[in-house]
Amino acid sequence: MNGRRLWAIVVKELRQLSRDRITLAMILGIPIMQLVLFGYAINLNLRGLDAGIVDQANTAGSRALVMDMLATDVVSAARTANTPQQLMAMIRRGDISIGIVVPPDFERRRIDGRPVAQVLVDGSDTTVQSAAAQLAQTPLDSAAPDLRAPPASTPPTPRISVVSFYNPQRVSAINIVPGLIGVIMTMTMVLFTAIAIVRERERGNMELLIATPLTSTELMVGKVLPYIVIGLLQTSVILALGVSLFAVPIRGSVLDVYLAAGLLILANLSLGLLISTRAQSQFQAMQMTFFIFLPSILLSGFMFPFAGMPKAAQWLAEILPLTHFLRLIRGVMLRGASLWELWHDVLALVVFVAVMMGAAIGRFRKRLD
Amino acid sequence: MIPADGEVAIRASGLTRRFGDLVAVDRVDLQVPARHVYGFLGPNGSGKSTTIRMLCGLLTPSAGEIEVLGLRIPAEAEALRRHIGYMTQKFSLFEDLSVRENLDFLAAIQGVPRARTRARIDQLIEQYHFGDLQKQLAGTMSGGQKQRLALACAVIHEPELLFLDEPTSAVDPESRRDFWEKLFELADAGTTLLVSTHLMDEAERCHRLAILDHGVLVADGTPQALTGRLQGRTFIVESADPRRAQRLIVDVPGVLSVAQVGNSLRVLTAAGAAAAADMCRHIDATLAGAGQPVHTHATPANLEDVFVAVTGPAAEQAERAA
Repeated sequence: MNGRRLWAIVVKELRQLSRDRITLAMILGIPIMQLVLFGYAINLNLRGLDAGIVDQANTAGSRALVMDMLATDVVSAARTANTPQQLMAMIRRGDISIGIVVPPDFERRRIDGRPVAQVLVDGSDTTVQSAAAQLAQTPLDSAAPDLRAPPASTPPTPRISVVSFYNPQRVSAINIVPGLIGVIMTMTMVLFTAIAIVRERERGNMELLIATPLTSTELMVGKVLPYIVIGLLQTSVILALGVSLFAVPIRGSVLDVYLAAGLLILANLSLGLLISTRAQSQFQAMQMTFFIFLPSILLSGFMFPFAGMPKAAQWLAEILPLTHFLRLIRGVMLRGASLWELWHDVLALVVFVAVMMGAAIGRFRKRLD
Repeated sequence: MIPADGEVAIRASGLTRRFGDLVAVDRVDLQVPARHVYGFLGPNGSGKSTTIRMLCGLLTPSAGEIEVLGLRIPAEAEALRRHIGYMTQKFSLFEDLSVRENLDFLAAIQGVPRARTRARIDQLIEQYHFGDLQKQLAGTMSGGQKQRLALACAVIHEPELLFLDEPTSAVDPESRRDFWEKLFELADAGTTLLVSTHLMDEAERCHRLAILDHGVLVADGTPQALTGRLQGRTFIVESADPRRAQRLIVDVPGVLSVAQVGNSLRVLTAAGAAAAADMCRHIDATLAGAGQPVHTHATPANLEDVFVAVTGPAAEQAERAA
């Protein structure tokens, strides 16, 4: 590999990129747009959800509990009703998203240590579910039940139970922002390089390039390098926005986050290169990219829990770089794990990069036939 | 006219390339002398581009041997790439890079020594009149400017051998003349040039020339030698009604083709048909007999006559007659 020729390719790519306004807009526009769209949709700090209240006990204690719940600002009292059935009807009509039910035997339950109230939730909206879970943490001011604390062997009964309608399985929303780094990378990075070689072929540049001493490796690596920088730039934008707008935690080391992102970027770029050596036109390259993109979104665990998928789908998902990246990034950002502990997925990505890059360089011929 | 020292830049024998059932190049034997401008003349689809691509190692021949600058192709194609320049038929530089950026890029890729790059690029910008256009994006330039830039990029590493595939097909006549000036300057400086074209006036400028038709090399030699072979076979026929005269002359025995040129007709006869003077009298007499008096006189052959004589239906007719 000749360093000067490699650098010439890198400089050329960057110069072309700097004149390609649509691609430039895509580099910054896609992460910002996606993050804001996805981000606000999953915002956990909900305020002022319309709530309906049924206080069948109507004692000083029950009124205090309801007032405490309202004081969190998560809900605002929109309706009152007499029976839980009325609340359910209101939820079904969409008049309210949350119903609070205090049963007539509130005081008795409080003494027995049984659940003292019920929060009914419109579970078709997962963000409301999260809000309800928050509400259920409302402490009871009386310490009395602690005298009757259950034995350590059985889990303590929640004092306020949450009943979720329509969607019993809760999707953990905070998973989305770290995962979004992966989704955005998969969307943009594969496309950049998938088009890179095909475009030169379409414009006739390739016939000139292959008649020069430039080697396949120099060309391939030279095409990938500028986009690694761009990918890391995108990662920074998403991280900065994720942290500042949505308070997404980075519990592990920032270096690990970037290393994981770097691996995914490389994986996607080399996959794009391979597509590029196969596709006959830019349009075909885009079609092939979507062929990768859709399964990545659906199977990687970004949208649906990995564990819940059938075995065949899981096997397929193991081939996709995004699956491994999601495990890495969620591990590092949310659980504070180090890459070392997650070496399985690191290795999987490294192997993926080596195979794809090798195949792309091997498939690329400095011949027209 | 191979030079006295007999130096040959390109040697090919039995060169063949098939695309499925189509034989694009059919057993072509070729010798290109060094430091010459060698032309490939042929209609579109005659196999000119395919031959050039095989010679510079971009296409693998289906059969045949190639030796370029002493290197066996395609086996040693990679080594050859340092010594050749290739100007593709379609503009192949980067339209979204400026003139200087394209030159910079090619200089690095072609391995022009770093210390000399700047001086070499300045020299090319001066030679090829890009002084005011250095910062202009290649895509926004005119056809003639683009071709000039493509040539400058193709010669940036001072190659010994330059392949040009229909370099001037999209260029106005004046730019074409300038362009050919540059080609002769390069040949004078010791470069061997192989230029394909379908334009007769360009072919005429070449030192030596090969005519390709349907993948077959049907004639080669200097333009003078090629036209010389048609001595006594080309005539001008003046007529008051050239359209009608044309229909009558086609049927005269020995006539290969008749083409209208302005108000007269240009007639090509088969080899060994009749002596020139006899043919003139013969045509005049035949048409007078048909009530269409004409005046016929012999004229020197040009490359178009050569082209007609060796390609297409006229050539088949001549073969059948032989």
